[in-house]
Amino acid sequence: MSETNQIQPSAAGNSGKMLRAMVGIGILCALMIVLTFQGTLPIIKQKKAEALEKAIFKVLPGIEKTEIFQLGESNNFAPVNGEGEEGRVVYAGYDENGRFVGVAVEASGQGYADILRILYGYDPEKQAVVGFYVLESKETPGLGDKIEKDAGFLSNFEALDVTLKEDQSGLRNAVVPVKSGTKKHPWEVDCITGATISSRAIGNIIGASTERWAPLLYKNKDTFAKQEGEN
Amino acid sequence: MADQIKNKTGFLATLQENPSTDEFIKGLWRDNPVFVQVLGMCPVLAVSNTAVNALAMGLATTFVLLMSNILVSSLRNFIPKQVRIASYILIIATFVTMADYIIQAISIELHKALGAFISLIVVNCLILSRAEAFASKNTVGKSILDGLGMGIGFTFALFCLGAVRELLGNGSIFGVPFFPDNFQEWIVMILPAGGFFTLAIWLLIFNAAKQRRATT
Repeated sequence: MSETNQIQPSAAGNSGKMLRAMVGIGILCALMIVLTFQGTLPIIKQKKAEALEKAIFKVLPGIEKTEIFQLGESNNFAPVNGEGEEGRVVYAGYDENGRFVGVAVEASGQGYADILRILYGYDPEKQAVVGFYVLESKETPGLGDKIEKDAGFLSNFEALDVTLKEDQSGLRNAVVPVKSGTKKHPWEVDCITGATISSRAIGNIIGASTERWAPLLYKNKDTFAKQEGEN
Repeated sequence: MADQIKNKTGFLATLQENPSTDEFIKGLWRDNPVFVQVLGMCPVLAVSNTAVNALAMGLATTFVLLMSNILVSSLRNFIPKQVRIASYILIIATFVTMADYIIQAISIELHKALGAFISLIVVNCLILSRAEAFASKNTVGKSILDGLGMGIGFTFALFCLGAVRELLGNGSIFGVPFFPDNFQEWIVMILPAGGFFTLAIWLLIFNAAKQRRATT
């Protein structure tokens, strides 16, 4: 009994010490992270905007100029100055003669490791996805990150069919990921063996995004074309 | 020649006699984290495909190692033994998160090239081992020297691998072409297998040099 009495105060003292140390270090670490985050935020935002600009030129081949459009309440697009509201903006691209080429759309979804952020180019004339670029990915190096490098996989997005139904209410054939080597139709995405989850995720992200955006963009293609004519 | 070797040994011996410089020198050469301790192999093999990636990963690791050594050493009397590993991991993870933001602010492309390996610095056993084996038992000054020495030694080793792999696998160094246009690149060198080949050759050279020094 006397032993227990002796141990108890020392154990309580130890717990207090441990708690103090962990909480103290936790607060200090949180403070350092927040300060670094706040300090680097404006620079990172600017760099990301520059990277996005570069990516738009990659997914819309042959463009010379871009314009930002925002989706309004009545499903119409209007040009915006600055960044616009996230999730409602698209980037129209024009060639050197000012002719409207297509629209770059940002999309995101769950990958294998984390959220995947991608950009794809939509050509309303061809009714097809004409380019694809990974903006942000934490997929497994050497496996999942093949979605950025695998030439066969990237060729899926050179002319991925996203033709609309007659009434323009949605896609005639939804974009679907298929097992590697079994692609038969132009609206299918041939996945990568060894990066199945990541490549399937890309197919699904583009599928969901085109289902939402393709009808809207197609209906408003004259708005994008007119805009450059006015400039 | 024998005199030269003797002189070099003499110079190194003089440096090592000074305890402060020894803390620094040991990480660079005698206890090099990659070539001698063979620690932190995951980034060494994965991100050493180009000289720039290797240097960036090396510097990021040095930053985390140095800063965590400083903080662990400063708080060594405040952290109870029972929670020391949890505290060290928390401290290391904080500096890795900071390094992640800083690299993004420096270059998004570089951040993309290093990918998931920046976050994986948290589990680089080199950093935790220096916190546990050295910083928690020594003064801040000594821990700074140890962190710097080990960090620079790690960066040096990564650079040795990255430079060779880029040179042979891509025909360039820091992106600048080195060989004539008709040079046939050894693609295998920038693939994962090339990492193992290059590391094996460097380990061979390092051990041969060490043995030679021991026998003279």
